[in-house]
Amino acid sequence: MAESFDVIIIGSGPGGYVCAIRCGQLGLKTAIVERENLGGICLNWGCIPTKALLRSSEIWHLMHRLNEFGLAAGDLKFDLGKIVERSRKVAAQLSNGVKGLMKKNKVTVIDGEARLKGKNAITVTKDGKETDYSAKNLVLATGARAREFPGLEADGNLVWTYRHAMLPKALPRSLLVVGSGAIGIEFASFYRTLGAEVTVVEVLDRILPVEDEEISAFATKAFQKQGMILKTTTTVEKLEKNANSVTAVLKTKNGKTENLTVERAILAVGIVGNVENIGLEQAGIKVEKTHVVVNQWQETGVPGIFAIGDLVGPPWLAHKAMHEGVIVAERIAGVKGIHPLDTSKVPSCTYCWPQVASIGLTEAKAKEGGRKIKVGKFPFIGNGKAIALGEPEGFVKTVFDSETGELLGAHMIGAEVTELIQGFAIARTLEATEAELQDTIFPHPTLSEMMHESVLAADGRPLHI
Amino acid sequence: MTTATNILMPALSPTMEEGKLAKWHVKEGDTVKPGDILAEIETDKATMEFEAVDEGRIGKILIPEGAEGVKVNAPIAVLETEGEETSAPKPKAAPAQKSAATPAQESAQQPRAGSEPQQKQPSSLVEEGGAQRRVGGEPQTPKTGNGAAVPRPENRIFVSPLAKRIAQTSGIDLSGVKGSGPRGRIIKADVEAALKTPSHLVGRGAVSDSGAVAAPSGGAQRREGGEPPARPVNAEAPAAPSGSAALPDARLFYKEGEYEAVPNDSMRKAIARRLTVAKSSIPHYYLMIDCDIGALMQIRARLNDRSPKNEGAYKLSVNDFVLKAAAQALLKHPNVNASWTESAILRHKHADIGVAVDLNPGLITPIVFKAETKGLIEISNEVKSLAERAKGKKLKPQEYEGGAFSISNLGMFGIKEFTAIINPPQSAILAVGAGEERAVIRDRTIIIATIMTVTMSCDHRVIDGATGARFLQTFKAFVEEPASMLL
Repeated sequence: MAESFDVIIIGSGPGGYVCAIRCGQLGLKTAIVERENLGGICLNWGCIPTKALLRSSEIWHLMHRLNEFGLAAGDLKFDLGKIVERSRKVAAQLSNGVKGLMKKNKVTVIDGEARLKGKNAITVTKDGKETDYSAKNLVLATGARAREFPGLEADGNLVWTYRHAMLPKALPRSLLVVGSGAIGIEFASFYRTLGAEVTVVEVLDRILPVEDEEISAFATKAFQKQGMILKTTTTVEKLEKNANSVTAVLKTKNGKTENLTVERAILAVGIVGNVENIGLEQAGIKVEKTHVVVNQWQETGVPGIFAIGDLVGPPWLAHKAMHEGVIVAERIAGVKGIHPLDTSKVPSCTYCWPQVASIGLTEAKAKEGGRKIKVGKFPFIGNGKAIALGEPEGFVKTVFDSETGELLGAHMIGAEVTELIQGFAIARTLEATEAELQDTIFPHPTLSEMMHESVLAADGRPLHI
Repeated sequence: MTTATNILMPALSPTMEEGKLAKWHVKEGDTVKPGDILAEIETDKATMEFEAVDEGRIGKILIPEGAEGVKVNAPIAVLETEGEETSAPKPKAAPAQKSAATPAQESAQQPRAGSEPQQKQPSSLVEEGGAQRRVGGEPQTPKTGNGAAVPRPENRIFVSPLAKRIAQTSGIDLSGVKGSGPRGRIIKADVEAALKTPSHLVGRGAVSDSGAVAAPSGGAQRREGGEPPARPVNAEAPAAPSGSAALPDARLFYKEGEYEAVPNDSMRKAIARRLTVAKSSIPHYYLMIDCDIGALMQIRARLNDRSPKNEGAYKLSVNDFVLKAAAQALLKHPNVNASWTESAILRHKHADIGVAVDLNPGLITPIVFKAETKGLIEISNEVKSLAERAKGKKLKPQEYEGGAFSISNLGMFGIKEFTAIINPPQSAILAVGAGEERAVIRDRTIIIATIMTVTMSCDHRVIDGATGARFLQTFKAFVEEPASMLL
């Protein structure tokens, strides 16, 4: 007889393992199935190891500014192998941490690859051996992987996905990054800072296309100043692999084609959901464009089967998956007063240099609805802490509904803004209006004062500009 | 110690963005006390007097008389205040305009001299279209300048700042809104859901909040994944009634223990809210006419005699005839069968007539739709069915929303004549008195006739005096000679 659980979660990425923890906290008998490493992509091949890499590049960047800070050191160099090694150590440490968390919350960890089997049951395959488990509820959290196109396939050697880009054996002298979303831009920033010639190609008319237009424009200037080459409204028709280089055939905005030969190329053109080999179709679960279709409660339509994270809809962010994991756990346990996820309350962060962070509607999107808005902006140059840090570039922008005072969106670019955006996330969740934010006392001297100033500026009353 | 605070340009309506500073009633150096008129503010819609909220001295006038396009919340003058209350928070917006702040209410905003500094500040106010109700904070009765006490808050309402503001600008009564946020906090989604149901809207919907209407309050429905019932929201609904807010709480005048406080249920609140808006925002006037119902009574008796005993039995009332006559008269006077909006008068194509039903306590006005197409028996049966279901609180919202005309009949109580309050979005209501034998003079002789006096309340925005009079003439002719309705 198969071992049975209240909940079995398939996939231990941030959505899955957080769901498991919450299920455990709520007293549900819980198991989690993972075919690779606990923590999934985020922890092992995504968010965390890239942040470790970017930290190294940030320090490297600062080392070139020592003189500015009255410091000196000779013979500056880096060891790419050690940078990557540190990144792997960080990932391993955290993956181990997840293991501990599973134990603490009495979650059974099942190694292997799961497949739905009839109603309320799965088969897990590990080293050719099959074991059946049953569960009242199943949570699909199998995540996603890099999208590839015909002619644009990664081989891990010349053409990389994020996964290969995280384990470079040597620094490529030249690099093509296809796609200017968060993943593409972060790698572009990392490699450019270490000295690679980086070209970013974006099919849309601006980089970081989901961000506010002013953020994109500011980032464009900053990246160009760093020597990055940005080609917008440009598509990659083909990637031809040479002996130790790649020739990309680019089609530019005026319809011309041009060739660009680089040592390596990174594909960062979106993701596809991991919907294969789980038995979704047999179970009657609806899949559209490689993603599982769910309602606002993450229900697949098949009773007792939920899906969360990158496997379902955008935004493709770990914290969104985590929140969905919590919603599902609480829904299963019958917790009262829960709300479906509101994507307008999901912040997003890009750890390029300068950093980008945002929440809610861009100015353009806010205007689309026809509502009256007011916009406040405050530049880093007006902030004492930013000057002291030597980071005078960037700005904070806030968008409010003129009539209700609702904070519709906040958009920031500059040093450490990824640590600041949570303030606006709290404000949005608590439904603070501009009045409460204006009344809030922000500590001095901090970068956060710019958030305050931006809100004051929305009413034409900033203090330090 | 003197503190200077800015007096800000007030918003005379939720949509006002700027206005003209028509006239200053004070000059620099004047001392003012709460309630003193500071200035006259003019918008394209109205000129209103702007009163002082705080006591103090006008330090400086920042905006000269006659200035146009002054933005709401722009400082217009500086008020110098003295005394210990300098630590009190200064009012954010300019709430002065129609709060006509009684000392008691005002002290809730800003404790005056005499309140102990350590005393907790009374918490923020929910302003519901001028109705100030305290939310949050511990029950307390801060002493005010003149010794009056602030009434204890009845219900603490937890509401997000955004939800509060949307409720204020759209005229939602938060007391009827169920919160779906943490610990029942009212959030934006709840107010938006309430906006889609008529019962919470001030100045719209039915007089009653029946159970069926009150239920879809916010999260409950959303949680089930169902769309909240979408009903059009009248954008032109009067957003801010100047309800009874300006009056001090009645409990200030009575000793505790010498009365029984009966909590207001949602129907009572809806009646208070809607009728306050209706009576204070609709320019009512009244037309009274006597109708000889002798012929009507005879026909009624004859027809009722013909009623089958069992299946299909009917019993026509005088009111059924009144309703039928009103329907026929409305057809002839489309300018009476109409509703007011800011941009246009809506002339209705059917005679949808409301009938006030006594629920004792409370009332509701279900509607006989397309009454002009219905015969007396059909009208009679329909009114009976509506009244029965109204008493069982089983009416659906669409059965009491709309119409342009209502009938309220108190004749059964022997009331000779009375006036009624128009039920928006309608524009007239007919108050029907008792049919009684009276001595009347006809052809220079005193005779006995059965007379029924009716009084029509008209919305002057829609119905001019002579228009209403012509309608009543037609109505009277139909009632006095019911057969003429066949013509």
